[in-house]
Amino acid sequence: MQAFIIRRLLAVIPTLLFTSVIVFASIRLIPGDVVDLMLAQNDISTGTDRAVIEAALGLDKPIYEQYFIWVANALQGDFGYSLWQNTPVAEQLAVTLPITFELGFLALIVALTVAIPIGIYSAMKQDTPGDYITRSFSLLMLAIPSFWLGTLVMVFPSVWWRWAPPLQYTPFFEDPLGNLAHMLVPAVLLGLSLSAVTMRMTRTMMLEVLRQDYIRTARAKGLHENLIIFRHALRNCLIPVVTLIGLQAPLLIGGAVILEQIFVVPGMGLMLLEAVFQRDYPVVTGVFLIVGVSILLINLMVDLTYGFLDPKVRH
Amino acid sequence: MSPLLAISDLSVTFVTERGQVQALDGVSLSLNAGETLAVVGESGSGKSVTALSILGLLGDSGSVSNGSIEFDGEDLTKVSVQRLREIRGNQIAFIFQEPMSSLNPVLTIGTQVAEPIWLHHKKSWSEAFEQAGELLQRVAIPDAVKRLEDYPHQFSGGMRQRVMIAMALACQPKLIIADEPTTALDVTVQAQILSLLKNLTKEANSSLILITHDLGVVARYADKVAVMYGGRVVETAYATELYKNPQHPYTEGLMASIPKLDGDPGSTLYTIEGQPPDLSNLPSGCSFNPRCPHAQDKCTMTKPTLAEVAPNHKRACFGYER
Ligand SMILES: Nc1ncnc2c1ncn2[C@@H]1O[C@H](COP(=O)(O)OP(=O)(O)OP(=O)(O)O)[C@@H](O)[C@H]1O
Ligand code: SF4
Ligand SMILES: [Mg+2]
Repeated sequence: MQAFIIRRLLAVIPTLLFTSVIVFASIRLIPGDVVDLMLAQNDISTGTDRAVIEAALGLDKPIYEQYFIWVANALQGDFGYSLWQNTPVAEQLAVTLPITFELGFLALIVALTVAIPIGIYSAMKQDTPGDYITRSFSLLMLAIPSFWLGTLVMVFPSVWWRWAPPLQYTPFFEDPLGNLAHMLVPAVLLGLSLSAVTMRMTRTMMLEVLRQDYIRTARAKGLHENLIIFRHALRNCLIPVVTLIGLQAPLLIGGAVILEQIFVVPGMGLMLLEAVFQRDYPVVTGVFLIVGVSILLINLMVDLTYGFLDPKVRH
Repeated sequence: MSPLLAISDLSVTFVTERGQVQALDGVSLSLNAGETLAVVGESGSGKSVTALSILGLLGDSGSVSNGSIEFDGEDLTKVSVQRLREIRGNQIAFIFQEPMSSLNPVLTIGTQVAEPIWLHHKKSWSEAFEQAGELLQRVAIPDAVKRLEDYPHQFSGGMRQRVMIAMALACQPKLIIADEPTTALDVTVQAQILSLLKNLTKEANSSLILITHDLGVVARYADKVAVMYGGRVVETAYATELYKNPQHPYTEGLMASIPKLDGDPGSTLYTIEGQPPDLSNLPSGCSFNPRCPHAQDKCTMTKPTLAEVAPNHKRACFGYER
């Protein structure tokens, strides 16, 4: 098992390098570079020289040299300094990453608690009104973008009931309830959008598993349908569902970025968005690197879960 | 003595996308306690459907449209689902054709063999596991107790079929139904598995329904034989009688197509001409008539019924001169 994990981690290095090149280059390819923005904000008439700023920010060197410097530093855990705030990117990340992680984790819990029971229910009641209702609901969730739902939740309750979701962030360890109250709405919205696909997958897989020969064997033993579902079918059905959840990890993070913006959650998403607008290169690259690593770690966890669910992988 | 199992005039219909298919049309069988009944016939003749209908395992698309299945004084077509569950795995156990896919890949062998004991005999899991270990020993799995913790993929096909047999024997059922239990296995292990099955059912004094394509198997293991064709039983008799004195042209054809050990190695085997019938489009009259060398006019007009031609020997045929 250890060797398996180490092998997986090593395999991740080329992917990360590749990602970093793309991120590094693409943020610099967006029209309007950071020096222009700075010049526009500071009064140009003060006569600050473009070359001076570039040199101060280290942007005067050729781009490949900048890249190698960045990689060399990143390997030591130094993601550079924000071009605007002059604070270490790593320090900012240490604050924002746990917040986004919490949001993602809560959303995942919401998604699974909604998707798996309903998916199973839908499969057991195949082609009944209950099945149609839950399937239509999941289609709806699939079709509605979460930012739109988020906007609705912001606008309509306040018009109808004079209630608006809380937008005041408090750290979890200071005020757990206040923190959860704030995170709940974006987590539910994100979780619901994630649950749509998972629900459909659970239903499809459950129906597929229920057609298998070993389920017929279980029926021939005289087991009650509930035991057949939970002891004989569920684990087989979850193996592909877990893969799907791994594949959705980028979606989860992408959704978090947008919902953080709407619900003013000071996580990585908000940090990233501001950095992109300001062309704060080190911040953007830093965030993306962390996102990349997280996605790879999530997939590693998916593989480990496999080992737990599927004895063929374990041995 | 009344038979342990008596199927009378059983008809089963499936609803498919292309309309209704009548898979069984008036099947009648009977089996006494301790006997082995072989059910033979070509692919699609309704052997599996007959077996599955006994335990009510036809699935959502299939249903019994007529007839009765008397088992130990109860009509299984009439009892509640709850009662059926009490019988399944407990009084009637099933061994399926595909040992590779009939065991659950994510549960240990121990769990799967112990499960019927836990369920029907209301034993604790640890007691049930202990019994499961003994069962695996009885089906001659080496290191039986150690292997309880293993998963199906760690067993070969033959070993898995032994596991299936152990599972079937778990609650000492009165009847074991084995649907082509060796078709998917190597020729070399087929005989071992069949002898094991036969010996263990005899020891347990259980009855056995053995579904097979292979009339050679029938001769060695069965007391009684039912020959099926196109969703009907066309001939039934004690095995020795059937071999000596086949009364239906289809049975004769099957017999002639068995390779004989003492036969001339150069001689070609007899095969029955033509295709197995299409159930959704059966020929009128006797459904064997397009392939029957003895077909007469009335064979295309009326269906022959299963009638006694000798004591304990029935056939569905108008008769012919040989
Ligand atoms: N689930 C089903 N849905 C529709 N039709 C079915 C179904 N199961 C069986 N049938 C029909 O019943 C017929 C008999 O099937 P059955 O499985 O009993 O054949 P068999 O004698 O066991 O053949 P084999 O030797 O291939 O196992 C099939 O030809 C098929 O048309
Ligand atoms: S009834 Fe006629 S067609 Fe059918 S098997 Fe007998 S002789 Fe042949
Ligand atoms: Mg069959």
